[in-house]
Amino acid sequence: MAVEELLQKYFRKKLPHIWCPGCGNGIIMGAVVRAIDKLGLDQKKTVIVSGIGCSSRAPGYMKFDTLHTTHGRAIAHATGVKMANPELNVVVLTGDGDSSAIGGNHLIHAARRNIDLTVVVFNNNIYGMTGGQFSPLTPSGSFATTAPYGVIDRNFDLCELAKAAGGTYVARGTAYHTRQLVDLVADGLAHKGFSFIEVVSQCPMYYGRKNQLASAVAMLEWQKEHAVPVKAAAKMTPEQLAGKFAIGELYRAEGVPEYTAAYGEVIAKLGRDQQ
Amino acid sequence: MAKVPVEIEINEKWCKGCGICIAFCPTKVYTVREDGKPAIINPEACTGCGLCELRCPDFAINLGGKKNGN
Repeated sequence: MAVEELLQKYFRKKLPHIWCPGCGNGIIMGAVVRAIDKLGLDQKKTVIVSGIGCSSRAPGYMKFDTLHTTHGRAIAHATGVKMANPELNVVVLTGDGDSSAIGGNHLIHAARRNIDLTVVVFNNNIYGMTGGQFSPLTPSGSFATTAPYGVIDRNFDLCELAKAAGGTYVARGTAYHTRQLVDLVADGLAHKGFSFIEVVSQCPMYYGRKNQLASAVAMLEWQKEHAVPVKAAAKMTPEQLAGKFAIGELYRAEGVPEYTAAYGEVIAKLGRDQQ
Repeated sequence: MAKVPVEIEINEKWCKGCGICIAFCPTKVYTVREDGKPAIINPEACTGCGLCELRCPDFAINLGGKKNGN
């Protein structure tokens, strides 16, 4: 679908968006909408939920039922929507800070329950909206407004967390590998269970400028050079993989009970018992 | 089969001049203007692959024409 049709069907008349030149958020928002279109999901039965941050402004532009919630609580609100209306497709758009720091606990428990949400993390490695403070996903040693001498925190892999906590579909993509990203998000949407997609993105303004990646083009080049397809990564030694990251479907588990289905069974059982 | 040119439309009002389309077009259809926005200098080379449209963060590129059949 050409952009013209995409805009007509899936976006409110609120564009152009406010994101900075070269920001990856627009690319990811486009990929999410294309994934929804690829699966032919019913727009009236698809809900987009976000928290706070640059990425979380995305639902404001999208022609769906949308919720722009409190910082870190997108997954909590989405859980409520899904529990009340299990037939809805519920998508969470969140940032690296929103999902890993402020909302880290909600992420853990949604994954643990294997509730049928699709969480897309716009990982630009920084708190962009508030001026470039480092987040748990800012790489160790890189610079931020609040880390003028480099981040001393250890690197944190949110995909590993989502998998360990019980998520049943885990993938990583990049803004650069856009075609693959559409497929990864579509696979997450189609999966019945907790789906987690981390998207390595770019913030040229607050992350790039402080880390010798002064343009969106330089940052996309970086993504291209550092991303390794998951199958190739499996054959590489830890030394060869140092500083790089795997992209593609990282993990999938089938046959795990989905939370709203399990809850539905409880309701049905109670109904039978009372007869 | 005769080559059907792809219609490339750039929404000047939405384009923020990030340069992604210019840098990553596989067939170098675009060049940079003085204001940083793309100029179409090589339209015949366009294969309609759609990467510029997919990667434009501002939804400012629209590919029309027969090649964009998807």
